[in-house]
Amino acid sequence: MTETTATLPETRLTFPRKYVPVAVTAGLFVAMLVAGGIRYEGFASGQVVLNVFVDNAFLLVVAVGMTFVIVAGGIDLSVGAVVALSTMISASLLADPGLPAPLVIALVLAAGSLLGLGMGAVIHYFEIQPFIVTLAGMFLARGLCYVIGTESIPITDGTFTAVADARIELGAGMWISPSVVIAAVVVLVAGYVLHYTRLGRAVYAVGGDRQSALLMGLPVARTTIAVYTISGLCSALGGLLMSFYMLSGYGLNAVGMELDAIAAVVIGGALLTGGSGYLVGTVLGVLVLGLTQTILSFEGTLSPWWTSIFIGLLLFVFIVLQRFIGVRRTRGGAPVATAA
Amino acid sequence: MAEPAPIVRMSGIGKRFPGVKALDGVDFRLLPGEVHALMGENGAGKSTLIKVLTGVYEVDEGRVELAGRPVAFSGPLAAQRAGISTVYQEVNLCGNLSVAENIYIGREPRRFGRIQWSKMRRGAKALMDRLELDVDVSAPLASCSLAVQQMVAIARAVGVEAKVLVLDEPTSSLDAGEVAQLFRVMRRLKEEGIAILFVSHFLDQVYEVSDRMTILRDGRLVGEYLTRELPQVDLVAKMIGRELAALEKLEGRPLARVAEPLIETRDLGRPGGIAPFSLTIRRGEVFGLAGLLGSGRTEIARLLFGADLAGGGSVQMGGKPVTLRSPRAAMARKIAFCSENRRAEGLVDELTVRENIVLALQASRGWSRPVPRRRQDELVAKYIAALNIRPGDPDQPVGTLSGGNQQKVLLARWLIMEPRLLILDEPTRGVDVGAKAEIQRLVAELSDGGMAVLFVSAELEEVLRLSHRVGVVRDRELVAQLDNDEALTTDALMNKIASGVPS
Repeated sequence: MTETTATLPETRLTFPRKYVPVAVTAGLFVAMLVAGGIRYEGFASGQVVLNVFVDNAFLLVVAVGMTFVIVAGGIDLSVGAVVALSTMISASLLADPGLPAPLVIALVLAAGSLLGLGMGAVIHYFEIQPFIVTLAGMFLARGLCYVIGTESIPITDGTFTAVADARIELGAGMWISPSVVIAAVVVLVAGYVLHYTRLGRAVYAVGGDRQSALLMGLPVARTTIAVYTISGLCSALGGLLMSFYMLSGYGLNAVGMELDAIAAVVIGGALLTGGSGYLVGTVLGVLVLGLTQTILSFEGTLSPWWTSIFIGLLLFVFIVLQRFIGVRRTRGGAPVATAA
Repeated sequence: MAEPAPIVRMSGIGKRFPGVKALDGVDFRLLPGEVHALMGENGAGKSTLIKVLTGVYEVDEGRVELAGRPVAFSGPLAAQRAGISTVYQEVNLCGNLSVAENIYIGREPRRFGRIQWSKMRRGAKALMDRLELDVDVSAPLASCSLAVQQMVAIARAVGVEAKVLVLDEPTSSLDAGEVAQLFRVMRRLKEEGIAILFVSHFLDQVYEVSDRMTILRDGRLVGEYLTRELPQVDLVAKMIGRELAALEKLEGRPLARVAEPLIETRDLGRPGGIAPFSLTIRRGEVFGLAGLLGSGRTEIARLLFGADLAGGGSVQMGGKPVTLRSPRAAMARKIAFCSENRRAEGLVDELTVRENIVLALQASRGWSRPVPRRRQDELVAKYIAALNIRPGDPDQPVGTLSGGNQQKVLLARWLIMEPRLLILDEPTRGVDVGAKAEIQRLVAELSDGGMAVLFVSAELEEVLRLSHRVGVVRDRELVAQLDNDEALTTDALMNKIASGVPS
């Protein structure tokens, strides 16, 4: 049919297929909003949507890091543990030696980046599957939490509590937390990096076909290590945002958050095989996850694990959708070279 | 006319791999503004020479000079920076990125670190125009045809200010029109003064496009010739180092008609794959299947191997009805299938020759009963000798062998199963003349030994030379079964394939 060549002028007029997954997620988000608004009293207010951001700012930041890793064809299972570790480091350093908040923040961000850098280096230079390396990183970070302490440590530092209590009024009674602003900045910067810098494009190339990227002379080593470092940095920042949100550090924080982050990225349309995906999609993925929880809380009578069931079903649908799109793409043109 | 100074001069190149001397004292030069074909059989050292030139391998002996200066590249990237770009048979680009990105990635136009997409697309468009290609540069590469992908690879290579362009078998997956397009691009680049090193197995193409050729054999230099001064027959003789008599010897074999049927099908078919057909293959018979690509040849082969499930009909072996439900069932009945796609469906590159050969035998015995090492060694040694696999080192990883020798390893794997019916799907595709003759001779010997062979090939001459009977497949239907006697010629076969009416 129309799938003969990409040179036909009319293909410019049609909706590019690469945006289909993102569009589907966006449609789903809008549909959920509309359905919620019809069904529940008071759902269709701006604050409900904003609360999704407020409650999921840390997940959003973590998912941004995960987007880099997944687009580059990898996976990072350590993010949840790194988030927990970051809350623990912040809480303990603020409590016991009583270090100043800016120094603590810098230390936490450095620790997360360093861990990511180390995992990236191991993955690249020892040619070990990212799954295993980051699984090890996950155990390591989680273990370090318990070395610091097995109990929850409250945060009483002035800066942290000020950030936690701050509300940025948007007028008409709507507000967001500073964490949302930070997350928004992270999304914008990451979007710029992915689309407008050589590093970002190398991430797509490495995820698309690692061997080819190498033969095209791209800095594969640097890119691989960079994405895990970025993911580590984002996890640490996510941990800080979580500290603002919870005002405590605890080794059992963010259990399973790596899976939420992966789910958000996949629902946002990225392929787990790498090479495709957009940051906009990830944002929408996080919003869909958050809105699911909101709807279930509005429902009231349903138990919270319906969230899991719904997210599980969503994931199935999206994986099948991508499979369908992938198959059509392969049939439409020349065979797509698969990554080694 | 005076020859310009060579842009590349390689002298006394030697390269040794464990157990083999891949290159031995090879001299090679490349002049600017010429298409220079590098000729030789599989395993003659062409790929090794290219890899030495582009810095994939280090040289053991000899020196490489680029524009008069000695160079030693640390890798393809370093070679590319110096102006030597390579386009491989497999397109090494990223299908998920756009055409423009594939041309520019790694050296995108930037301002303050920000990639300038519009400038990049304009540049890519200009480059594609220069190669006379009409392509939407913002479309993902995977949506383009293989030929266009190849051109994009060339555009990328040329865009890096290439002085030397190495094309390693660029035409093997292109059709005639695409090849013509590629050649037009090559001539255009040649006029711009770029030196092109061209490797191809298609002799006609080499004669069409190249100005000069260097012939290698067994890692040694045979000589450098002007293409117009070297007749094709001489070229082949120089490449294989002997006359083509081996090919002729096979002809005039008697028909093996008296033997009992080995496998009979009755109205076997598969909706959407192949119309029901009835076919009898006898012991010791070579049954050739001729037809165009996609006509249903492979579908017949796959049905007989149980790789696809039949939609109807029956199969008898030795007079008893059997069902070939899966390849495993077919293998249990001693049917072997050697597919055309040796890379994707057969060999494990990282394993050694020995491991690859015993793979199927081991699988049939189950993992609890390993094949004794001594028996492995015996079998492998026997088939390396019988098939003349080079290099004959059983512990060499298969990935390092040339295409023709890989094909032989795959063949050996099935032969140690001692099949009664051997299905060969395009066994000689992408294989050079010498190896082709060896594989053909082997097929003949096997059938003389009582094995039935179903031989699928796109080359009619080959089908006619080897087969006792020929089946013609057209539009997913077995339209004719012909005895291969004096009356059957390639022309007659061609007509049959084209129209179904014998002329």
